[in-house]
Amino acid sequence: MPSTVLILGATSDMAVALAKKFASKGHNIQLAARNAERLKSLQSDLSIRYNITSSIHEFDAVKFEQHQSFWDSLNPKPDITISVMGYMNDNDKVIAEQGETLKTIHTNYTGPVSILNIAANEYMAKQQGTIAGISSVAGMRGRQSNYIYGSAKAGFTAYLSGLRNKLFHHKVHVLTVLPGFVYTKMTEHLNLPKLLTAQPENVADAVYKGIQKKKNIVFVKWFWRWIMLIITSVPEFMFKKKKL
Amino acid sequence: MTKKDIANWGNYPVIESDEKSVSFTNDIQQYAATTKNFIARGNGRCYGDASLAEQTISTLKYDKILSFDTEKGILECESGLTLDKILEVIVPKGWFLPVTPGTKFITVGGAVASDVHGKNHHVDGSFSAHVMEMDVILASGEMITCSPSSYTDLFWATCGGMGLTGIIGRVKFDLKKIESSYIKQKQVKAKNLEEVIRLFEEYKHYTYSVAWIDCLKKGKNFGRSILILGEHAKQDELPENKKKEPLKLPAKKQITFPFTLPSFVLNTFTVKAFNFLYYGKNFKREINNVVSYEPFFYPLDAILHWNRGYGKKGFVQYQFVLPLESKQGLIEILQRISDQGLGSFLAVLKVFGKQDDLISFPMEGYTLALDFPVRKGLFEFLDQLDQVVLKYGGRLYMSKDARMDPSVLKAGYKRLPEFMDIVKKYNPEARIRSVQSDRLALTTN
Repeated sequence: MPSTVLILGATSDMAVALAKKFASKGHNIQLAARNAERLKSLQSDLSIRYNITSSIHEFDAVKFEQHQSFWDSLNPKPDITISVMGYMNDNDKVIAEQGETLKTIHTNYTGPVSILNIAANEYMAKQQGTIAGISSVAGMRGRQSNYIYGSAKAGFTAYLSGLRNKLFHHKVHVLTVLPGFVYTKMTEHLNLPKLLTAQPENVADAVYKGIQKKKNIVFVKWFWRWIMLIITSVPEFMFKKKKL
Repeated sequence: MTKKDIANWGNYPVIESDEKSVSFTNDIQQYAATTKNFIARGNGRCYGDASLAEQTISTLKYDKILSFDTEKGILECESGLTLDKILEVIVPKGWFLPVTPGTKFITVGGAVASDVHGKNHHVDGSFSAHVMEMDVILASGEMITCSPSSYTDLFWATCGGMGLTGIIGRVKFDLKKIESSYIKQKQVKAKNLEEVIRLFEEYKHYTYSVAWIDCLKKGKNFGRSILILGEHAKQDELPENKKKEPLKLPAKKQITFPFTLPSFVLNTFTVKAFNFLYYGKNFKREINNVVSYEPFFYPLDAILHWNRGYGKKGFVQYQFVLPLESKQGLIEILQRISDQGLGSFLAVLKVFGKQDDLISFPMEGYTLALDFPVRKGLFEFLDQLDQVVLKYGGRLYMSKDARMDPSVLKAGYKRLPEFMDIVKKYNPEARIRSVQSDRLALTTN
């Protein structure tokens, strides 16, 4: 029986790449996003290209009260749940407007935790299943240019780490994905260094491989592990003076 | 927004632009309604300055297949989908593109906006002949569905209209039935121009025909060529080892041109040497074989970034069409190129069938496409060629153009005023405009 993959936050470029990757390997795909109307074209594309079944579902990361009924409505229940949700705006705006602050935190942390808990409980009871969370290297150290987003991702990374530890004892695999820079619509306005920046397809490949090989943490481009090692090693008294 | 340098396939000109990617129709509508001086941009495989502007909206992420009727052979997709991706889906199901240019790395939106043609123009017409309907997002943000029977003015001004009527959204077009993914190919050597023109006539029943022509040869071998003909191979025409999987996709074999060659590498001597080898490789006068569709239609796609071979300054492709009765014009132009010593690696000759659309390039006659690296004196020389083209009642292809004078466009396209009226109707403030449309005075303030 082909397994089913649920993609949360399915309108992003990374989600599209992930959906294509898993569909190309024969998995059925459940696409979930706030504006399900927007998923129709991807749904038809996946079914035509890869001859798989794909369905679309309305899901809002910040409408916590609806998460349980959303999960209950999924049929079949996904074998793999991937959280791709994320929201990043200009940090100055995010700290100036409370609405933006909360949106950043909820979309990157509270929302994913709320829905993944529901998935985790089910997987734990069944003693099988896979959860993958797309977090960010931005969560590894707070920087003045991006610390609201970064702190939310830091929370998410810590959550995934704890979840992995807990679910390991219930035969459930949890994968943390830490992409560095990725060329997407979200980052298009930034001038990203070409050598350090991945394509959404690289992220999809890394997630697919990470799940196959039951990895714990994957960096999409290998050198990010070392870049972050350096960044996290700088003593705070020096780091605070930097303009990062 | 950050500006970045963009250029099309000829690497000339290079301009700074704000590029914005979109994935959803309503984002395109919002962009159109709120942005000034922009043009839609696909994979940047036109050669000149079309699809370049201060602001560009990239459709490359707007690339979903919306429906595929495998019984009737009808495909419906978003405009940013490239032909190579389409082939991967349709070929295994026994369908092929109705019309394809010499590269598969163009988007469907680009195919419509340039109204591209292929080696089968004399049989199947250009791409627009196969478009059943499409959505166009106007500068106002409004979306209109047009077809050969509805909003016909918008439809015909969008086919070949270089993106000036609006942003092409969804496109629905018909496909060609095939029994195999292979082509039954025939190559015939012609000693000179006279002979190749006679051969085109002799083999006009072939679905696909095109000739590579050596434009540096003088004397009795003036215009020596290789005529390349093809038909989709039927299942029973395949060699035994291919019969098992007749619709197999070709293996992906690609090499990348690693760096930009210095401009001086291309000169009369190297072009002559290349032509000598290319003509000489066909030892026999006639070769018949069965090949995959890939090398037949897309020989250059095997080398990614082959345009780097023309150096940093880039190159222009010069493509014109002359009416059938103007064979003399073809001789005159080839003569001038040969005298000038401005040979081109890729000189491609093709006979177009009948077509008389609003702004599309093809019309019945001979079309010749040539590559010239950008160098001193080239544009002056091409200006002279323009006059010869016009003298014989011909015109130039806008998708290849980066330099012609507005007067040349006007003289070549008799229905240009009608086209411009339609553009004004749907794009009244000329907010949709490109470097090319400004240069050619198609859009003015």
